[in-house]
Amino acid sequence: MAKKKIKIRATLNSGTVTVKALMSHPMETGQRKNKKTGKLIPSFHITELHCTHNDKAVLDANWGAAISKNPYMSFKFTGGAKGDTVGLSYLDNKGNKESASTKIK
Amino acid sequence: MKRRTLLKGSLAGSAVALAASAGLLTPSSVLSAWNKPAFAVQSVSKALTSMLGTSKLILSNEVTISGPDIAENGAVVPIKISSSLANVKSLSIVVKNNPAPLLANFKLSESTNAYAAVRIKMGKTSPVMAVAETADGLFYSEKEVKVTIGGCGG
Repeated sequence: MAKKKIKIRATLNSGTVTVKALMSHPMETGQRKNKKTGKLIPSFHITELHCTHNDKAVLDANWGAAISKNPYMSFKFTGGAKGDTVGLSYLDNKGNKESASTKIK
Repeated sequence: MKRRTLLKGSLAGSAVALAASAGLLTPSSVLSAWNKPAFAVQSVSKALTSMLGTSKLILSNEVTISGPDIAENGAVVPIKISSSLANVKSLSIVVKNNPAPLLANFKLSESTNAYAAVRIKMGKTSPVMAVAETADGLFYSEKEVKVTIGGCGG
């Protein structure tokens, strides 16, 4: 079974929805050297993220290469109800796009 | 028959392209695309100007940054940024002593809380700033995080 690239959870508590996401991504800065060849490993990292609540944008992030490998992110918003859909999609600097969604619990 | 479908396909293709460029097909709500230069420059003020239009910062106790005093591992430093100011348009994380100081910018919708938590890489001990962008300017708070083993791979 292929490893999921994005794990996402959204929970509602006292009117606020807390979203937690864990993404699988090497987030290479472009400054590390391949120990065997001595060459620089090219930068390879998530550049933009778009998060939605029932298809309406709630968060748009721009990231540099210094967000940690296998990034964790959490954010909060109001106005969500149990069962609503929260989506997260990302684009990286090689043009890969991944997305995932979950229902608010 | 094949020629007709080919022409149909290319017509449809160009119609799609037109619609997309007219903004009709973009996801209903794309707030930003990647600001590459802002994440490459080495100076804090240039990075802020590139991302937010200004580098004028106002210290505020309504902006909070929390994280460890000493990072066990510079490659994974958990940071939380938040603000109690009204109408925060975006939150950014700046690590002054990183090779490229702007690390992240989070554009918020009206119903999004001024709060974000991520894990960052730090090359060495540095002040870490949380910058809240509002219509009244950029408000910030900072905290020094000591790093024993750098996280940038150097």
